[in-house]
Amino acid sequence: MKIVNQPLRKKDAMQLVTGQPVYMDDIAPANCLVVKLLRSPHANAIVTSINTAIAAKVPGIEAIYTWEDVDQDARRFTCAGQTYPEPSPYDRLLLDRHVRFVGDPVAIVAGETEKAVDKALSLIKVQYEILEPILDFHQSLDNKILIHPEDNWESLCPVGADNKRNLCAHDECGAGDIEAVLADCDVVIDRVYHTKAVQQTMMETFRTFCTIDTYGRLNVVSSTQIVFHCRRIIANALHIPQTKIRVSKPRIGGGFGAKQTSITEIYPAFVTWMTKKPSKLIFSREESMIASTPRHEMEVHVRVGAMNDGKIRAIDVYTLSNTGAYGEHGPTTVGLSGHKSIPLYRTESYRFVSDVVYTNRMSAGAYRGYGATQGLFAVESAVNELAAKLDIDPIELREMNIAREGDMMPAYYDSWNTSSALDRCLKRVREMSRWDEKYPVRDMGNGKVRSLGIGMSMQGSSIPFVDVGSATLKVNDDGFYTLIIGSADMGTGCDTVLAQIAAEVLECEYDDVTVFGADTDVSPYDSGSYASSTTYLTGKAVEICAQKLRGKICALGAQLLGCSADEVVFDGRCVTRTQPAADGKNSIALADIATASMCGNSVALEETVTKSSPVSPPPYMVGVAEVEVDLLTGQAEVIEFNAVVDCGTPINPNLARVQAEGGILQGIGMALMENITYTPEGRVVENSLMQYKIPSRVDIGHIHVEFESSYEGTGPFGAKSIGEVVINTPGPAIAHAIYNATGHRYYELPITPEQIVMPEK
Amino acid sequence: MLINIVLNGKKITREIEPDLLLIDFVRKEGCFSVKRGCETSNCGLCTVFLNDKPVLSCSLLAARADGQQVTTLEGLQEEAAEFGAFIADQGAEQCGFCNPGFIMNALALFRENPEPGEEEIKEYLAGNLCRCSGYEGQLRGILNFLAWKKDKKRGVSL
Repeated sequence: MKIVNQPLRKKDAMQLVTGQPVYMDDIAPANCLVVKLLRSPHANAIVTSINTAIAAKVPGIEAIYTWEDVDQDARRFTCAGQTYPEPSPYDRLLLDRHVRFVGDPVAIVAGETEKAVDKALSLIKVQYEILEPILDFHQSLDNKILIHPEDNWESLCPVGADNKRNLCAHDECGAGDIEAVLADCDVVIDRVYHTKAVQQTMMETFRTFCTIDTYGRLNVVSSTQIVFHCRRIIANALHIPQTKIRVSKPRIGGGFGAKQTSITEIYPAFVTWMTKKPSKLIFSREESMIASTPRHEMEVHVRVGAMNDGKIRAIDVYTLSNTGAYGEHGPTTVGLSGHKSIPLYRTESYRFVSDVVYTNRMSAGAYRGYGATQGLFAVESAVNELAAKLDIDPIELREMNIAREGDMMPAYYDSWNTSSALDRCLKRVREMSRWDEKYPVRDMGNGKVRSLGIGMSMQGSSIPFVDVGSATLKVNDDGFYTLIIGSADMGTGCDTVLAQIAAEVLECEYDDVTVFGADTDVSPYDSGSYASSTTYLTGKAVEICAQKLRGKICALGAQLLGCSADEVVFDGRCVTRTQPAADGKNSIALADIATASMCGNSVALEETVTKSSPVSPPPYMVGVAEVEVDLLTGQAEVIEFNAVVDCGTPINPNLARVQAEGGILQGIGMALMENITYTPEGRVVENSLMQYKIPSRVDIGHIHVEFESSYEGTGPFGAKSIGEVVINTPGPAIAHAIYNATGHRYYELPITPEQIVMPEK
Repeated sequence: MLINIVLNGKKITREIEPDLLLIDFVRKEGCFSVKRGCETSNCGLCTVFLNDKPVLSCSLLAARADGQQVTTLEGLQEEAAEFGAFIADQGAEQCGFCNPGFIMNALALFRENPEPGEEEIKEYLAGNLCRCSGYEGQLRGILNFLAWKKDKKRGVSL
């Protein structure tokens, strides 16, 4: 392979490092109305009256909208970017008289300047009937307080939802007689784990601008991972036909799943549709912390049963998930907490039961890992505790029990394990971390100890039978190619990775493939960049598309050479006859074919391919954290994190490595410092980067990433996904290391210095 | 109020509101590399030079820059491309949104301390947050750039 598996520069790299204006607020028209939202100070309340008369008189105010401008009996919608019909319930209105969390929008204000809008916001008088909230997700199910009592609440899919029980989803599945097998085990680890609603914290906050285009249509430019879903969500929210809407994305300043939910789009869309004037909404960091789409808080009850010889026989998981005030991604995230943790192990029996409940907290959503992160913290922590109880080395215990290539994985939707180097990942991480020498703990003689801990991870590669990846490739003058996609490069480098796949198949230079994406008016339909789907699924579409385009180039080349398509070959530069022609006209250059295609030609030199997959091959990873704990202060710092990843063939080793390094540090943040707490009234305390601490470069020693590649036959050039699997190992590995340092087990993240020095008994 | 600022080497006179922040002033002048990532002076995205010293433009009134020199990445394109290429070679620019502030501060570091050690690099750039890269790739890029600079200074051809 010449181009695939090469560490090429990202196509947009030099534009980004030199600070070119390529993001939403750099390209928004200067005359955009500034849009801001008035937010509820109450966790559960009904707006009884709202007076906007004085606010509307502020000079420069264009419009103020309240629930009175929105039909409260109209069909509800979800902001979750998912394939229709969405598993997430239709539980939102553009503006709802019933506000359900501190920060829920009460009014939309649009004006000429930010100052005018801020002044108007302060002059809107709202009276509320304050209702008792449910803030603790343990108290939600069958509570007499209903978060969504309304009759036009709707669940489109059979996910076990019931708004009259505060239930967003319920599911149960399993294999074998779990209780009988557990009763027959020598040892059962039975623990409850808790993870919080941590924030994606991409550097660019949520933002959108809208204009009316030449045809009178609503033109939406948004920092989004899901242009096509956005189009439908806006149509549902505004109750206008999708024909009237175009959505495109510029460069995105990070997503991590946050921008798989339409957080901002609907508000400026409404303003521009009503006023026919350009408008923009840019969330402040505070808004991004209090009214966004963080990870689902989950409580995961795990029972792992094993024999004294180390054979794991059964895993039982019950997950309670907190979707907050609205159900975005509620029914689907919870599934990964069991389906992407239990299948790591060969078991005789498993059971996985889940409930997802509403509360009066901000709605949760999609965040890298999507539920697997929470489940893997629990299951991997339980397996570490099992290893201690059995007095077996945690790597050895895993080597005895992991699912291997060729296995049937009952808990992974009864799928075959078609490609796995998890065994090699374990072997290599043992060497990299110098496990045999350093595990479990070393006293540094200065009040500090250094200890190791381990965790494994798996994810999927696209949602089987659901996700759609597409590519259009066309030949231009001079014989260069344009690749048009509907998936979203949010910094991940998918534009580059997909161009590498195309160039490899077309045997051209990497620079001969230009990339365009994503625009609902232009791009072929693609579900969008989420669910670890882009490299695996859209990548496969690109590969097939490029192969088909080669066929078309050959067809036109043969026509020009005066022979049939099966008499020629294409080497990336020329179409050449396999047998010499009598007239000596043996070969024609691609550039000449391209030129000829633009004169008197009836063969379209372009191809579109759409791909869905019946399988979702898991990438795997093993991570070992080396943590230094100051036993006096409780300060814990990850000084080394060693990780080995099996993502199949890394299409671009540089970009795969940075994905892993970045995901690991996000996971470290979740394990040690990122915390979300609420006041008794339901207000988020950590509402800025001052209080919500994400890791800086002095908070980490070094992260070392290596690859042990399996070959996944269904992926492009053997590739699987990389984006999400990488965030899941720090939680269990760090909790394990801190146990080895202190002798105390932690069942909740983050593990703060206070908890290390003064652990709960 | 009326202010005079030398912005990226060009002298400009503007009538401004007294409470205008420097970040909003320079963006209004077309310096879109300057980004806002927070409102609490925590992220480093809005770093610019005030008389060649790095400052957070979200925490400075434009009026305070009156009579002084302000430099953004738009005014340092050559340096940005030269150093940025080493970040690009690691794939560590990722989403790119933190890059201008990070690169401004890195250039300030190199001017102040041409041969910084790893800990000095981390400490100097601690205020430049990045959520994509895990910082490792940025560090590799910086170390490669410094090694290249050193070789270049010695006259070693690569």
